[in-house]
Amino acid sequence: MRFTLNGTAVSLDVTGTRRLLDVLREDLHLTGTKEGCGEGECGACSVLIDGEVVDSCLVAAGQVEGREVTTVEGLADGGRLSALQQAFIEHGAAQCGICTPGMLLAAHVLLEGSRRLTADDVREGLAGNLCRCTGYTKIIDAVLSCTK
Amino acid sequence: MCPAPVTAVGRSVPRREGADKVTGRARYTDDIAVPGAWYGRTIRSTIARGAIRSITLDPAFDWSRVVVVTADDIPGDNVVQLIRDDQPVLARTEIRHKEEPILLLAAADRGTLEEAASHIRIEYDTAAPVYAIEEATEVFSTVEISKGKVFEDLKDLEVVERTFRVGLQEQLYIEPQGAIAIPEANGVIRIIGSLQCPYYVHRALKRALKLTDQQAVVVQAETGGGFGGKEEYPSIVAVHAALLARKAGRPVRLIYDRHEDLAATTKRHPGVIRHRTGVKKDGTLVFQDIEIVLDGGAYCTLTPVVLSRAAIHAAGAYSCPNVRIRARAIATNTPPNGAFRGFGAPQSLFAAELMVEHVAERLGMSSVDLRRKWMLRLGDSTATGQVLSESVGSELVLDAALKACGTVGRSDGRTVKRGRGLSLVFHGSGFTGSGEKKLQGTIGFEALADGTFRILTASTEIGQGTKTIFCQLAADALGVGLDNVILAPQDTSLVPDSGPTVASRTAMIVGRLVQDAAAEIRERLKREKPPLRIEKSYIQPDTIHWDETTYRGDAYPVYAWACTIADVEVDMTTGEVRVTDLVTAVDCGKALHPVMAEGQIEGGCLQAVGWATIEEIKMKDGGYQNDRLATYLIPTALDAPRIRTILVENPYSRGPFGAKGIGELPMDGPAPAIIAAIHDATGVWLDEIPATAEKVLAACASR
Repeated sequence: MRFTLNGTAVSLDVTGTRRLLDVLREDLHLTGTKEGCGEGECGACSVLIDGEVVDSCLVAAGQVEGREVTTVEGLADGGRLSALQQAFIEHGAAQCGICTPGMLLAAHVLLEGSRRLTADDVREGLAGNLCRCTGYTKIIDAVLSCTK
Repeated sequence: MCPAPVTAVGRSVPRREGADKVTGRARYTDDIAVPGAWYGRTIRSTIARGAIRSITLDPAFDWSRVVVVTADDIPGDNVVQLIRDDQPVLARTEIRHKEEPILLLAAADRGTLEEAASHIRIEYDTAAPVYAIEEATEVFSTVEISKGKVFEDLKDLEVVERTFRVGLQEQLYIEPQGAIAIPEANGVIRIIGSLQCPYYVHRALKRALKLTDQQAVVVQAETGGGFGGKEEYPSIVAVHAALLARKAGRPVRLIYDRHEDLAATTKRHPGVIRHRTGVKKDGTLVFQDIEIVLDGGAYCTLTPVVLSRAAIHAAGAYSCPNVRIRARAIATNTPPNGAFRGFGAPQSLFAAELMVEHVAERLGMSSVDLRRKWMLRLGDSTATGQVLSESVGSELVLDAALKACGTVGRSDGRTVKRGRGLSLVFHGSGFTGSGEKKLQGTIGFEALADGTFRILTASTEIGQGTKTIFCQLAADALGVGLDNVILAPQDTSLVPDSGPTVASRTAMIVGRLVQDAAAEIRERLKREKPPLRIEKSYIQPDTIHWDETTYRGDAYPVYAWACTIADVEVDMTTGEVRVTDLVTAVDCGKALHPVMAEGQIEGGCLQAVGWATIEEIKMKDGGYQNDRLATYLIPTALDAPRIRTILVENPYSRGPFGAKGIGELPMDGPAPAIIAAIHDATGVWLDEIPATAEKVLAACASR
């Protein structure tokens, strides 16, 4: 199968029915994408497919044929952290860090939108990503600090 | 030697491992590839009580592709090393709870593993299980605290009695439990795992696998949350992985999925707390008579220590001349309960705080005024007779929280009613009583030849900021820049036993050791050249006195204080409770890193909001009915209130730069504040949490 991963073309020989999560973590060694529940409830395995947030534990690898996949490893520009990643550090939005990759991707999509975001928009946009450390307040602050 | 330092303590510097966490580079246990590793799996009991009659491995299956470990394969003691030797690593005959580990399997791939599991048949002789607290007869431990006298002359007193119930709660760290065991030369078994306490795992490995200090090596991987859930349970995961690796002669990964984690691992102790309080008509507190029963589940785990903390906090943050607290922990045939942030105190403080509300209602007084009248102040003595000699923040936090709140917006609507509730709590920092003295937590500190410094500690980073604040403390004590200090990995072959990362003790107790060691090195460097290495162990100040047999004396070195105000909306048609705003003022002594302190408080508050409202575990045949994340719900960003934290700095002389422990405190206050807010909104008192929609509707209907 072929798809674009973090801006680079990828060609792989894998069984299409395997979970995208496993292919990313085991075959491509991109372990930034985490498994928190394996049932699409926690969002720790969030990735972007053609710019939309999906739970990679619920996606068969074959479904991304010809599409664009972005993982947390694709957010920084070379060695330079994105403004959102920087904001997560500054605002204390990452504590244990296990939800952070998924949270960043969900927030990234929110910030891509044209609308000016309110705190309620951010809460709604991140409602599919569970965090048990922060109480979400610092995460919301970090995302709002990146709105134009 | 270094450029002029910028003071690090009190500044919200970037988290040490922050860049790794936002880029996906941070390596958690399951992210670590180990060549040749097999996958492990645990086979568990399907009954709650009885005996194993037979275990049959289907002869039609090719078992040569699989490693099977039973109780017979344990080279050392078949015991999970902790307080009491009651919990087996693997059940041999007796079964005391559902999901009890019986067999372990390992195979080269997950498919073979699943197939093997389906070819095992275990038959049981069942016995009658005990599930209900009221029916339990086996007692794990008891605690009795008494102060003054048992008050029998009730003339001219108002006596208020009330019974409260609190439910189970899952820690729900987002990274499930997991360990990788790697057999190495000379009988060494290396564990890489998600854990809070490397030396707990180290002791458990030595005991069950008969290893020497050097043969057991425990390394903490980046850990995706703990909240107590990775205090004692990782010993089981690690020992299981090690047994498989030993028999397989190759590395084995034992990573739980969420379902197994929810079904089998420890929860917060549920309990029943009965209060009887006597007051004069003017509100003067005369006596408190309190009974606590906590359900420990099937094995002892840390239950006696949880019970102890519950009992010591049971009278609340108040000064009462006559107190009797009788607490006991009982056994049921349910999965063992264990450590969870707050460690018994949230349970007993929930009852204590609601009691203030009930007494205030009886007397027709404001509960805030009653708290002001009762609250512990400097020089007052607690239920154990501890005279509070410094850093008593009760009034400071009450004033700060009240000042931060506007008036609550009333709603005349029939469908949604609004209300506000308040709580005032305290939480002892560090181990109870002589715990720190017995433990003698130790750190190492090195001045390296290149002019940098290295901290060696077994205290773990689990999101709360250990790595960052230890470096801040050391940098300021040394008078060097933050970049000149590094932290050695949490690996038992490198670092001494600093004690477990629990009990709100890491910043305050171990952090002070870091500060003192750094100051000592700084002095020595005036006369000596690096490299230098020193070790520093906790020495109990001779002003702390504790009598374990009578439960009298200084139960904790110091207490942190919090006042929490919760605003709720109750939907009168569905019964749903929404916490809309939460303000919490916390006396933390000194905020070493304000952003991290706030973050820890906000996270703890939301965990408490979940416990108080939606996190309900339903039992069925001794197991958890809702043992999936689709059915065990925790607050999402949409459910969470905006949490406003006010840090009150009220220094403690023996804390590092004045800091006190605050890791657990935020778990204590929100639940009673929310129940009081529900009453304010609806006029109905709930005596039980979680206040699920069903319970709220039922309570409103029966009014």
